[in-house]
Amino acid sequence: MTTTKLVATPGQTVGPFYGYALPYEKDNELLAPGSAGSIRLQGTVYDGSGEAIPDAILEIWQPDADGRIVQRTGSLVRDGYTFTGWGRAAVGNSGVYTFTTVNPGRTEQVPGKPAAAPFISVAVFARGLMNRLFTRVYLPENEEALAKDPLLSSLDPERRKTLIARRDPDGGLTWDIRLQGEGETVFLDFQ
Amino acid sequence: MPQDISTKQPETDELVPAAEPHAAHLPLDRAIETQADLSAEINSLGEAYARALKDGAAAETQPRLDYAPYRSSILRHPTKSLHHADPETIELYSPAFGHQDVHALEADLTIQHNGEPQGERIIVAGKVLDGDGRPVAGQLVEIWQANSSGRYIHKRDQHPAPLDPNFTGVGRCITGPDGSYKFTTIKPGAYPWKNHLNAWRPAHIHFSMFGTEFTQRIVTQMYFPGDQLFPLDPIYQSIVDQDARDRLVANYDHDLTEPEWALGYNWDIILTGSKRTWTENEALGAAGDEE
Repeated sequence: MTTTKLVATPGQTVGPFYGYALPYEKDNELLAPGSAGSIRLQGTVYDGSGEAIPDAILEIWQPDADGRIVQRTGSLVRDGYTFTGWGRAAVGNSGVYTFTTVNPGRTEQVPGKPAAAPFISVAVFARGLMNRLFTRVYLPENEEALAKDPLLSSLDPERRKTLIARRDPDGGLTWDIRLQGEGETVFLDFQ
Repeated sequence: MPQDISTKQPETDELVPAAEPHAAHLPLDRAIETQADLSAEINSLGEAYARALKDGAAAETQPRLDYAPYRSSILRHPTKSLHHADPETIELYSPAFGHQDVHALEADLTIQHNGEPQGERIIVAGKVLDGDGRPVAGQLVEIWQANSSGRYIHKRDQHPAPLDPNFTGVGRCITGPDGSYKFTTIKPGAYPWKNHLNAWRPAHIHFSMFGTEFTQRIVTQMYFPGDQLFPLDPIYQSIVDQDARDRLVANYDHDLTEPEWALGYNWDIILTGSKRTWTENEALGAAGDEE
């Protein structure tokens, strides 16, 4: 078995000035808005005083609608047809982010492990945030799968809620991020 | 003075340097916080860590999320511990990038305009490796930085230093089969910010990298050796362990230096995600996942 021998390079804050470097055209459009199966994933990023944060940037990484993990290039030059599963969105001045994506499908189950409910993996970066934070956003449907999910079932009900999106009337998803305080989002450590 | 001291945030903070925390969060005496005040806090946290180490605490390898000397972190760090999770499905993979995404010339930040940028031309090169020393091949590296006078091209940067019409300060590349990356750029200047009175960031280049699984995703900053601002900088010092801090400092490398052209700096990046091995996880099962 391999063991980790080298120590990881530390992270640092993304700082205030990523805006001319990290965002790019159609960065938040994993597929074209309005195309078949597309949904909007949106929300607001809040700090510990409940103020929206105007300088956070998020990344999502997810399987396609059929649960397939896509390994295709082209995220940085979207051709409007290739779903790569990855996107990036800087929040606006009011702290709101928006992605156009698909509902992630359920990925193939690993033998011997409980089935994970479909989720989107999220990395959060912000000025004032010393290191990126990882979290997940789950689809609200299929209570049974959510109840059996290894991560969700290890959380208190109050905290568990922070990882489950609301379904909007238009079929989209709304999911807010709270970095601190009441309703603080569950952030993950994989080490 | 009868001033409106409303704490309401303006609709847009375009006119407020973004390095300054929301006005509503500022302690009243904040304007007079000096470097000496901040250095005392930094030193006290550093000494407490040194004592803990001596008493047998494990060495810290990452920045503290809760590090008050960086004032903007006060309301932006989670107060609950990170929840341990075994990476699953999508988290065990990374998005794929290729030469379709990034042109080879994007690695040279000195040729993006009609003329040569001002400043000291440098080469920054190294390898992206995983925790076992295996190359992270074919992955995206993005960098951004201030120009030689310490000014970012970002519209919110109000540092009264000159912009350089021949320098944007953004580069990208895809790592080679051996995990190698190489940028040609200009040595960035030190940069003043509003954390406290007379706050200056050591010269740095922002780096963004992907590993072989999404749990290795990292954004960090590379520094230059021997910078006198290191002890004074709350962002660098948020990594309380000296060995860990040193991992962000490039080495001057004369073998990378090109005659009559550019000085060379070497900096390798180690990305570790989960310590998972498939068989171990499967053997432990969900029962092994409790916090």
